[in-house]
Amino acid sequence: MTYIAKPKFQHPGLPRNDLGFTHRDYEGKVSTLCAGCGHDSITASIIEACFELSIEPHRVAKISGIGCSSKTPDYFLGNSHGFNSVHGRMPSVLTGANLANRDLIYLGVSGDGDSASIGFGQFAHSIRRGVNMTYIVENNGVYGLTKGQFSATADRGSKSKKGLINSDSPIDLVAIALQLGASFVARSFSGDKTQLVPLIAAAIQHKGAAFIDVISPCVAFNNHAGSTKSFDYVREHNDAVNRLDVISGRDPITVDYAPGTVQLVEQHDGTRIALRKIDADYDPHDRVGAMSFLQKHAARGQIVTGLLYVDPESDDLHSHLDTVEAPLNTLDAVELCPGNAALEKINASLR
Amino acid sequence: MSVQSPISSVNDFVVRFANVNGSGSASANEMFARSILRHGVPVSPRNVFPSNIQGLPTWYEVRVTEDGHLGARGGVDMMVAMNPQTWDKDIASIEPGGYLFYDSTKPMPASKFRADITVIGVPLTAITNSTYTDPRQRQLFKNIIYLGAMCALLDMDAKLVEQLIGEQYKGKEKLLSSNIHALHLGRDWALQNLKCPIGLRVRKADKVGDRIFIEGNSAAALGAVYGGATVCAWYPITPSSSVADAFTSHCKKLRHDPVTGKAKYAIVQGEDELASIGIVIGASWNGARAFTATSGPGISLMTEFIGLSYFAEIPAVIINVQRAGPSTGMPTRTQQCDIIACAYASHGDTKHVLLLPEDPAEAFEFAAQAFDLAERLQTTIFLMLDLDIGMNHRLSRPLKWDDARHYDRGKVMTAEMLDEPGRDFGRYLDVDGDGIPYRTYPGTHPTKGSFFTRGTSRNRYAIYSEEGPVYADNMQRLVRKFETAQDMVPRPLQANAAKPTKYGVIYFGSTAPAMDEAIGILESRGHQLDRLRIRAFPFHSSVASFIADHDFVYVVEQNRDAQLRSLIVNENGIDPVRLIPILHYDGTPITARFIAGAIGDHQDQLKVTPLRKVKS
Repeated sequence: MTYIAKPKFQHPGLPRNDLGFTHRDYEGKVSTLCAGCGHDSITASIIEACFELSIEPHRVAKISGIGCSSKTPDYFLGNSHGFNSVHGRMPSVLTGANLANRDLIYLGVSGDGDSASIGFGQFAHSIRRGVNMTYIVENNGVYGLTKGQFSATADRGSKSKKGLINSDSPIDLVAIALQLGASFVARSFSGDKTQLVPLIAAAIQHKGAAFIDVISPCVAFNNHAGSTKSFDYVREHNDAVNRLDVISGRDPITVDYAPGTVQLVEQHDGTRIALRKIDADYDPHDRVGAMSFLQKHAARGQIVTGLLYVDPESDDLHSHLDTVEAPLNTLDAVELCPGNAALEKINASLR
Repeated sequence: MSVQSPISSVNDFVVRFANVNGSGSASANEMFARSILRHGVPVSPRNVFPSNIQGLPTWYEVRVTEDGHLGARGGVDMMVAMNPQTWDKDIASIEPGGYLFYDSTKPMPASKFRADITVIGVPLTAITNSTYTDPRQRQLFKNIIYLGAMCALLDMDAKLVEQLIGEQYKGKEKLLSSNIHALHLGRDWALQNLKCPIGLRVRKADKVGDRIFIEGNSAAALGAVYGGATVCAWYPITPSSSVADAFTSHCKKLRHDPVTGKAKYAIVQGEDELASIGIVIGASWNGARAFTATSGPGISLMTEFIGLSYFAEIPAVIINVQRAGPSTGMPTRTQQCDIIACAYASHGDTKHVLLLPEDPAEAFEFAAQAFDLAERLQTTIFLMLDLDIGMNHRLSRPLKWDDARHYDRGKVMTAEMLDEPGRDFGRYLDVDGDGIPYRTYPGTHPTKGSFFTRGTSRNRYAIYSEEGPVYADNMQRLVRKFETAQDMVPRPLQANAAKPTKYGVIYFGSTAPAMDEAIGILESRGHQLDRLRIRAFPFHSSVASFIADHDFVYVVEQNRDAQLRSLIVNENGIDPVRLIPILHYDGTPITARFIAGAIGDHQDQLKVTPLRKVKS
């Protein structure tokens, strides 16, 4: 849907990361979303996070479902393979892709219609299985491509652009991800890049099912008074529990933190997350506490953001299945085919 | 009323066991079938079972057939009536002159029997209860006791049965000796109290050869192992669940790294069929060989993804073990009723490759081949089994693998190829004119060969496009690709009648053994027919020429709507009048008697009797 070719010009002074890539190397095609769409900010945050982590762009597989959010993988990491699959079915496609090659980074991008309605089951089961992935829901509470119907994450009592009041209870994907055993759960806001970028970076480095719900206002259909997913509403009700910085293993911690305000979380691959506490009592290792904290704040109309839960000892579906270290898609007939001698033994056992 | 003499037959009869589901009879019955095989006499057993775990009626039918007719025969020569629920129906189903074997512990009124059959009562419960006290043992050994009695009645060699029990309980000495004891209890009682043997007898022959006894589902799963499948995603559904079960157990034995013990496969039980096919598509997109196994309702759920596989050109293998539909239909009965649903699955213009194996050996071969075809053609390949092939043990030629065989991974562009000077990569470019484009696996090259896979229309370089000519160009290439497939899939097999004939018959899949047998019956009635067994869709050109070479062609299939016939008419532009449907769809496996009857009647009608000249 991109009709405008992006100029390939790169300013020679652009900063480069450890691999020598600039931001431009992590960009994709020109977005075709509405001007001001929250999703484009998330795209920018994904680009920023991948740049900062010095990821080889082609080692990422971007997988999405159907909808505005699911179009965005075309707008970042242009040298990665992308898969705009079937509505609500990103999680299964991603699961299969991950099984085939455990060595790539899997980035699943979905929306609230895609994950909370038609694909609610697949969302749940991919989290349950602990697929090693970063699962981002770009949550705007509305069906944008079909012009403004409520989605299942729309709050009860919120008003549509046409003036309808939503009477159904909302689905809080974060609460559900926690209950289903996601080992990394976060919520952020597309308008808060400083919070979102390190969350995405930490999620990418996390081994296991990392889920991020990003409230992403729809400027065309859900940014009016009476909406609880508008820029103004989210800014006013955002209750961040922490801020985080991702520190790669070899970097010394240079950021100066006031004593007692920082919690270091070491992840499986040796990277560390420095959590700057905003709410002193919030413990991101306490799954049950996180669930209760969320519910209490939701009842007060507050949107809790930040890294809500992380299990530093997490593992993934490949560990559960005890698969070989080599990606399954690299195994050839020599490795996979038992040969005729084995077949003759099988024949003999069937007589 | 004439006196019916008892049926007398050696190595050619049908025994049916009527049991209660969950009573442990299945293993004893299977042992009965296997022990006849050990006499060198072919058998063809069939499970007739309800969609239930415990308490409902179930039957196990063993056709003993020295001539090697492996299709269902129809009719019962000896009924082992162990289920009071179905007694009346079971008694009624016995052929005149047949035999009834029953548990005579409780006296039955004479009205419950028939005068034209031989009634054999064995006080099974009494024998069992006087020997065993544990209720579970009583139930299990009662089955072995009737097996022992059958041994005596049918003049079977007890040594061969003992040998079989010995192999089954190897290393479990206690179970072994108690089973042998139970076998002898039944056999001795029969020898002492009954006139043994009866008119039905098993006599040693040498007609089994090196054939193996295997279920189609297990053979297909083994084909997937040999074909290099590494990802299996599935959702339980009768009659396909045993494909995934068998794949799991084959992989446990054959696919673990000898050093690390780690698995060279991944099996995921999906939350539904949508997830299962989604996992298959994701894995195949990423370069692994992946499959799912399902049945009709699962196919219905998968169709959106099947359309994606067709249009975005992603390999997938779907093993469809067909059962009677529509809707939930008859989940434990057989049919060939998903031909159209699979051939044209999904919205929009789609066509898919179907492989139609006749037995476990072909199920194995076609399953392995399906992965080559899926990757070569970059599309969904259906392996069409049915319950009759899938869930019954079938005598089958041994499985073979050519160790020199390599997997055909299809057109995959590597990093080296992408770096070749002048190389132009377009995901949907028809480089070779066969309609098949090149693909790349994710993660192949830092700057070249990546593309965005989508179910929406796009140009040859995978860039989104809704331009009419661009869309049409792509759709025409997909037709070209399907034409390419025609010469890659298994070809039809033709067998001509002894004498030249104007009549032919087309059939496929599990109909094969009944059809082969029916040809003999028809010949004896004076009807000559050439045969063509179709083994795949798209149809090879020999299908059209076979039809052209005959005045009329019967199309025998196990569904109501003549689905294969419709597909032939539609795809080859055949005048429907020339294809005469022979349809069997009550959920039981098709029989030679049925086919010969239906075709024979039609042939008789075609015969023109010349009018006699009347003398004036």
